Amino acid sequence: MTFSHTQLNYFPGCSLATTAKENNASLIYFLEQFDIGLKEIPDWNCCGSSSTHSIDPGLALALASRNLFLAPDDKPLLIACPGCHLRLGEAKLTLTTNAKKRTRVEQHFGKPFHADLKLMHFFELLAEMSCAGLFKDLTGRLKNLKIASYYGCMLARPPRMNRLPNHHGLIEKTMTALGGDPVQWGFSGICCGTFLSVSRPAIASRLVNRIMKGAIQSGAECIVTACAMCHLNLEIRCAPENRIPVFHFSEILSLARDGKASREWLNRHLIDPVPVLNTRWKM
Amino acid sequence: MDAMILAPESNGKFAGMVEEMSRSNLSRCWHCLCCSGGCPFAQDMDILPNRVIRMVQLGMKQQVLASSAIWLCVGCNTCSMECPNAVDMAAVMDVLRRMAVQENVKIAEPGVLSFHQKVIDSISRYGRTHKLEIMMRYKLSEKDFFSDMDLGLKMLSKRKLDLMPSKVKDRQQVQDLFKLAKDLS
Repeated sequence: MTFSHTQLNYFPGCSLATTAKENNASLIYFLEQFDIGLKEIPDWNCCGSSSTHSIDPGLALALASRNLFLAPDDKPLLIACPGCHLRLGEAKLTLTTNAKKRTRVEQHFGKPFHADLKLMHFFELLAEMSCAGLFKDLTGRLKNLKIASYYGCMLARPPRMNRLPNHHGLIEKTMTALGGDPVQWGFSGICCGTFLSVSRPAIASRLVNRIMKGAIQSGAECIVTACAMCHLNLEIRCAPENRIPVFHFSEILSLARDGKASREWLNRHLIDPVPVLNTRWKM
Repeated sequence: MDAMILAPESNGKFAGMVEEMSRSNLSRCWHCLCCSGGCPFAQDMDILPNRVIRMVQLGMKQQVLASSAIWLCVGCNTCSMECPNAVDMAAVMDVLRRMAVQENVKIAEPGVLSFHQKVIDSISRYGRTHKLEIMMRYKLSEKDFFSDMDLGLKMLSKRKLDLMPSKVKDRQQVQDLFKLAKDLS
């Protein structure tokens, strides 16, 4: 196999390190199967998250910058969480375009900022793997599993970043290539409510239940999401009557590769995904 | 929601400041309602996003900063993506929230601000977010001891919530970032 990336630097972020360990483990496992190794950047910190971005832009830039300065620039930095990817991407843009802030940050870390550090979202890596033909032998593996692809807000971004690559449709395209059957539905790009799940749970519940009900009505057997925050909200704010299993993208990819998914990942789901999987595979 | 915008007082510098800080030209807004129509939170807001823009233009600083709209906006960027004229509505909301905090305006959604502060406290302690502790401290500050109790227990039993935080080893570096932050805002 010849593929351009055999080793990448990796920023997991707080969600994948804690609440979404199954996302992290399945991502690492999936990439290992293609001989792509991930090297976690040493002693990384929180990307800043929505909270610092919302009320303290200076802190948001400082937190994201430390991670950018910790990352070796010899290889792309892979980021699996869409939130972290956006926060680090915005910081990189600010450091590239604002000389005054860059000088202050460089002075703090005692070294120059590498503007050509490549921040790679998991979607970009997957698109490259697909183009390189790595999934050729995996056709039909998902046995027509009906999938509602859910992006939440991860594809939306501010106008100043709208020249960066857009990966709309990537989940559908990949699932189809692997033998899945993505449904057409109306909620793939509706925000899950993020932190309002804590401070205004009624609002998040209304959004989540609309999304879950929409997936059920579309005939999907499960939802596939590439965001750990969405995964958590869909599971915790869903009413019992609207429950439909939600998979991390990386779990479904591993399932397509191996015909099974680790029990350790599945046991961490609040909505049991095993009955749906048992219709096609022996779990 | 009122049918009409009434502007009893007007702050002449407000619109210019918001435009500069958000790097958005608000005169480009033609009130097509794409932002408000696309916003998943619009129905809970006291002022629709496009009306926020109009009120900023009219200099209605106090009303805008005291609105719930700026706190129910989660920054999902849907509005900014929908806008046909590339007005960065989400950035406008960011600026308004930051102004509301800086100017000690009465916050319409204190729970949302309190949550953000708990997250920042957690980052200050560990360099990363510790969800269980953020939730506990948030519930304590809201004096809300019982809602979501069963959910919390279920998440603990599924090991979705860790008892111990994931931490940055070099804590001094984290504290230094909080000092650096003051020079960057």
